[in-house]
Amino acid sequence: MIIYGVALLSICTLTGIFIGEVLGKLIGVPANVGGVGIAMLMLIFLSSWIGKHGKFHPKTEQGVEFWSAIYIPIVVAMAAQQNVAGALKGGPAAILAGFLAIAIAFALVPVLNKVGRKKAVASAPNQLASVQR
Amino acid sequence: MIIESLSKVTQAYGMISAFALIGVTMWVSYWLSAKLTKGRLHGSAIAIFFGLLLAYIGGVTTGGQKGLVDIPLLSGLGILGGAMLRDFAIAATAFGVNVDELKEAGLAGVLSLFVGVGTSFIAGVAVALAFGYTDAVSLTTIGAGAVTYIVGPVTGAAIGASSEVMALSIAAGLVKAIVAMVATPFVARYIGLDNPRTAVIFGGLVGTSSGVAGGLAATDPKLVPYGCLTAAFYTAIGCLLGPSLLFLVTRAIFG
Repeated sequence: MIIYGVALLSICTLTGIFIGEVLGKLIGVPANVGGVGIAMLMLIFLSSWIGKHGKFHPKTEQGVEFWSAIYIPIVVAMAAQQNVAGALKGGPAAILAGFLAIAIAFALVPVLNKVGRKKAVASAPNQLASVQR
Repeated sequence: MIIESLSKVTQAYGMISAFALIGVTMWVSYWLSAKLTKGRLHGSAIAIFFGLLLAYIGGVTTGGQKGLVDIPLLSGLGILGGAMLRDFAIAATAFGVNVDELKEAGLAGVLSLFVGVGTSFIAGVAVALAFGYTDAVSLTTIGAGAVTYIVGPVTGAAIGASSEVMALSIAAGLVKAIVAMVATPFVARYIGLDNPRTAVIFGGLVGTSSGVAGGLAATDPKLVPYGCLTAAFYTAIGCLLGPSLLFLVTRAIFG
């Protein structure tokens, strides 16, 4: 049933956000620590576990897939409620700071991509070794 | 009488109205994408740009802080685009994620989080210095704002920044999120943002959740879960480091 998929997604989301809140309290940060990320990991592991045991009905999948597909419209609605006027009202200092931060982030994507790769290549022989064993 | 009835219906059925409005916006956007750009610019990128443009118009006409949502006729957008459904839909995108891709990018993803928070903070502090701020509290708050618009006020409140500096830091974070949404599809090909690995790194470097969610959606929806997974930890790391380590370092350097 479709509701099983929606419920699975709801349980993962709620649990993730809850763990994020608790982690925030424990660390002493007034923010949710990785709530959505934890929810995503839960969904990945739960769905692959269920898949392995051969119990994932296509209808159940649809309950998750609908929300995955409705993601873009939700992001458009999110864009429509950003405080764009407020951002521009911040003046040149705010605009420049925001621009510079994002420009550096963009520029560092290829740099960090290389950094990670070296390590991935270095660990590759180990993986091979374990396969050979 | 007609306006009154219309307003009553769209408010009572807010989320349904939002589905209709966003649906039409998406249709127009994808049509424009196909006709004007031959599909080169993603329809979702155009739709997000429309959303931001309308948010600006809404903000200017109402003087409110929530873009189009401040227009009573369109208040339902607040439900559809609010944090609850946004997080729910982001979590749903994880369905069908390739676990091996994720593991392979894990280390680079964690590294990108700290590099992302650090460089955004430095960028904010540098701009604040250029605009004549010299005290450690203001510098730290504006730097934290360049991390995300949540880290800015959280940090500012913790270290006692003035409300003017807090507003500036929020604005800096908003600009960052908006530029991420608009510019990501255009720069994606130049920074290799076309696979799960770079999406994980992108999420950690940019971090601001709406910016990552919107930017990746406008570039390639398949990359969304990878970027959003790392970005989920970004604001928390910013809130953790802002009032503590980053403030102490800034104070040590600028007194």
